[in-house]
Amino acid sequence: MSLSQKMNALWAYANPKKFLATTERVLPFFWASAAVAIVVGLAWGFFFTPDDYRQGSTVKIIYLHVPSAMLAINAWLMMLVTSLVWLVRRHHVSALAARAAAPIGATMTVIALLTGAIWGQPMWGTWWAWDPRLTSFLILFLFYLGYIALWEAIEDPETAADLTSVLCIVGSVFAVLSRYAVNFWNQGLHQGASLSLDKEEHVADVFYYPLLVSIAGFILLFIALVLYRTGTEIRARRIRALMARERVAA
Amino acid sequence: MIALLLRDLKLSLRAGGGFGLGLAFFLIVTTLVPFSVGPQSALLATIAPGVLWLGALLACLLSLDRLLALDWEDGSLDLLATAPLPLEGVVSIKALAHWITTGLPLVLAAPVLGVLLNLPAPGYGWLVVSLILGTPALSVIGTFGAALTVGLKRGGLLLSLLVLPLYVPTLIFGAEVARRGAAGMETATPLLMLSGISAAVIALLPFASATVLRINLR
Repeated sequence: MSLSQKMNALWAYANPKKFLATTERVLPFFWASAAVAIVVGLAWGFFFTPDDYRQGSTVKIIYLHVPSAMLAINAWLMMLVTSLVWLVRRHHVSALAARAAAPIGATMTVIALLTGAIWGQPMWGTWWAWDPRLTSFLILFLFYLGYIALWEAIEDPETAADLTSVLCIVGSVFAVLSRYAVNFWNQGLHQGASLSLDKEEHVADVFYYPLLVSIAGFILLFIALVLYRTGTEIRARRIRALMARERVAA
Repeated sequence: MIALLLRDLKLSLRAGGGFGLGLAFFLIVTTLVPFSVGPQSALLATIAPGVLWLGALLACLLSLDRLLALDWEDGSLDLLATAPLPLEGVVSIKALAHWITTGLPLVLAAPVLGVLLNLPAPGYGWLVVSLILGTPALSVIGTFGAALTVGLKRGGLLLSLLVLPLYVPTLIFGAEVARRGAAGMETATPLLMLSGISAAVIALLPFASATVLRINLR
């Protein structure tokens, strides 16, 4: 298949009916593989890896902390892409996917912040420090709250989709700006990246492989949740349309 | 454009409440700070630049929900949208009017309130400079928030939730200029960053504000 054909295959899912039919078929596989990967990743990480020589067993919270932090950022990125698709091509499924992803991203941000605090207490001697990474995650959480609140506040679905999409784009620019502003404002306590593709900087192999499995599990869980919630949003909108039609008929 | 600016200025001067309210709020916030943290002058001197910046920011936020809501209610926003002046120009003028009626008085009042908070002597100039450069960005970002929430009945609280995270970079660099200035340190880097943010925001954000206003007026 050429690229344009592939794109056409993707756009077919802009049809809500096709989207629902396909997601219903693939969802069980996503749920099952997410469950397997998370159970294997966490069990492997928690029970079959050695304690770190300095951090002891507290290091094992990494299997929750790193995947949730990655998804917190990537969920916003996904919302940015789907918002752009909505603004350009007016596919309702795309806007609803952005709406469906926001609470998941917010939850991931909270998980990352909480596990970070629990990890930070024994390691840094404090639950919270105004470290750039911690601070920018808190700001990211505020962006999620504003985005979700705007969706909830507007009644007309099309207006809501348009306004939240613009907010998502403007918010992305400001979120990146804040990230660098915060960097400038305070020196960090947080360690560098745990994983990277090009450098040899990442964590030791014993921790690395279970972490990868755990990350894969979180990503699969995220995909399953987004598909599921998008389906719910589509059905909720259908119900609203049907009820409106009945009211007109009555 | 100038007619619109004059109209907005007259309205905010004569309609009462809007003009002095931001200033009064700024004064009250500054007065309350020593009550909450204690009257030690050394402590006040260290936190003075940050408190003044935060006070100015909140005072700016206070008047945002009036920025477009009144014109929305009486329908003059619809007239402005169909006028030959592009909507981008309209929101820029609205932001400018908001800055003249809210931002500029805050800048002028800040040194006086600095005395109350025992701001160190070298800090006054830098405080005024940072506020002059930073408050226009606050007005423009606030206009974007006001345009987003203009159609909502109880948009005020939501407006704060949307706008405050967007204020973070401006606040960081603005307060940093004032803080470093008061401590007698080098201020060039945050000053350049603050000017850059203000310039970019003034140049680009009116397009986003006009877009969301068009969606709301649909």
